[in-house]
Amino acid sequence: MPNTASILSAVVTGHHAALLSGWLESQRRDGVVRSLDDTSRLATQFLDLFRNALSAGRFDDINTSEWAPIRDMLEAMSRGRALEGYSPSETATFVFALKQPLFALLREQLGADADRLSEEIWTATKLLDKLGLYTTECFQRTRDEVIGRQQQDLLELSTPVVKLWDGVLAVPLIGTLDSARTQLVMESLLEAIVANEAEVAIIDITGVPTVDTLVAQHLLKTISAARLMGADCILSGIRPQIAQTIVHLGLDLNVISKATLADAFALALRRVGKMVAARPAATAPRD
Amino acid sequence: MSEIPVLKIRDILLVSIQIDMHDRLALQLQDDLTTRIVRDRARGVMIDISALDIVDSFIGRMLNNIAAMSRVLDAVTVVVGMRPAVAITLVELGLTLTGVRTALNVDKGLALIDALVDGEEGAGGRRAG
Amino acid sequence: MVVEQDDTMPVRGSDDVVRVRQAVRARAIAAGFSLVDQTKIITAASEIARNTVDYGGGGSVRMEVLRDGRRSGVRLTFTDHGPGIPDLALAQTDGFTSGHGLGLGLTGARRLSNEFDIVSTPGAGTIVTLARWK
Repeated sequence: MPNTASILSAVVTGHHAALLSGWLESQRRDGVVRSLDDTSRLATQFLDLFRNALSAGRFDDINTSEWAPIRDMLEAMSRGRALEGYSPSETATFVFALKQPLFALLREQLGADADRLSEEIWTATKLLDKLGLYTTECFQRTRDEVIGRQQQDLLELSTPVVKLWDGVLAVPLIGTLDSARTQLVMESLLEAIVANEAEVAIIDITGVPTVDTLVAQHLLKTISAARLMGADCILSGIRPQIAQTIVHLGLDLNVISKATLADAFALALRRVGKMVAARPAATAPRD
Repeated sequence: MSEIPVLKIRDILLVSIQIDMHDRLALQLQDDLTTRIVRDRARGVMIDISALDIVDSFIGRMLNNIAAMSRVLDAVTVVVGMRPAVAITLVELGLTLTGVRTALNVDKGLALIDALVDGEEGAGGRRAG
Repeated sequence: MVVEQDDTMPVRGSDDVVRVRQAVRARAIAAGFSLVDQTKIITAASEIARNTVDYGGGGSVRMEVLRDGRRSGVRLTFTDHGPGIPDLALAQTDGFTSGHGLGLGLTGARRLSNEFDIVSTPGAGTIVTLARWK
């Protein structure tokens, strides 16, 4: 419902300069100004958009189309601030700090009319609270995106597939195997098998602290998928405790396993028809 | 009526599945292959599925049927070119290819067929060229 | 939750099964699915679509692309007015190795989906709903 009785729109429109300087001063006092130029530019932008949105007359819901331009501006600002290392409070304070100069102006305009004044202050507070909280939501979203990206990078870095010889690949697994990691390992390994035309893939679990039913299931799926494609897998790096756990849990791994990567490599070489031989002693005379 | 071409390399039949198959085509392929195995005295059938981005239980059944019929006619079946995403999905789906051997590509598939047939015939040269 | 796309297409013959796969692929891509996730939902769709044609006498599928906060997903609802499945429990055991039957279609599709539901009334028809989320 349009707040035609509210003088907010008129106040913001008619006292732009006073509002801007009061706001910047308020922010400075709150300690959230790092660059005056930057903050001043953003504040001017905000006031312009604020004035436009207020003139449409609807203050109760900031999700309507009239408030879209200012939401976009706040989103861009939050994102930038998040990436620059501002805290969410600092970013929200940008909006909240506008209250003080705005209320001062309202008091000036409405002076003796206490009822009217408190009504307007209430309207203004609710509005600025919503806008301030909106910046916090945007901030969270940006942070979540960054974290997601970093997690992805970390996952990828920790699952390298190495080529040991023609047709022989190895995946040294380090750390705990959860669903996400296993999925990534599986996909990387299978893509590598295709790219390298590998017939044998050695999965080394020396660096995996525990093997439970879930981990075993993940490993088995990987091995089954490789076999379906026409490659085979050898498990290596089984530590004595893990061997015991596997037996205790009654897990049937259905894959050849070797204690060490070296043993697995030797077997893999045999599988691809290669062998390692000592070099013959040099007997021919040098030219 | 469209058909899937069946090529012959030595005594091996090679089929490349390029398109989305439906029932008629699948049945026709099975018919064609059985006819050709007998006619050409083929010892191996190679099915290239590298163009398939989906393998569901229908295609799985078709591959198993082809393998079973070839077996009866004394030929081995090798499926090559399965894509990683397909392999991962098949494992999740719980589909097993019984009687079907697999290899990464046509080269390795041919080598595998040679090895399998050699193994059955005992010593003796198949790799004449 | 927001429904970003909502379409229905017929599933009456083999050619439709092919079209359903293509349509589901497009929606999985629109939802930002990885290649493996695309493959899984298209394969699940293929299984149920074939069932709809082979056992349900043909029907239709409603395809929705959904967004729930940061997650995006694809939901498929297959409906037919065929004979229905008399013994749902039995139909959902793994029947694949025997080479026929509804077994693998349903259980397989369930395994490939994050959400799966089936309602069947003998004599009236079957509704299978499956969804996959990114």
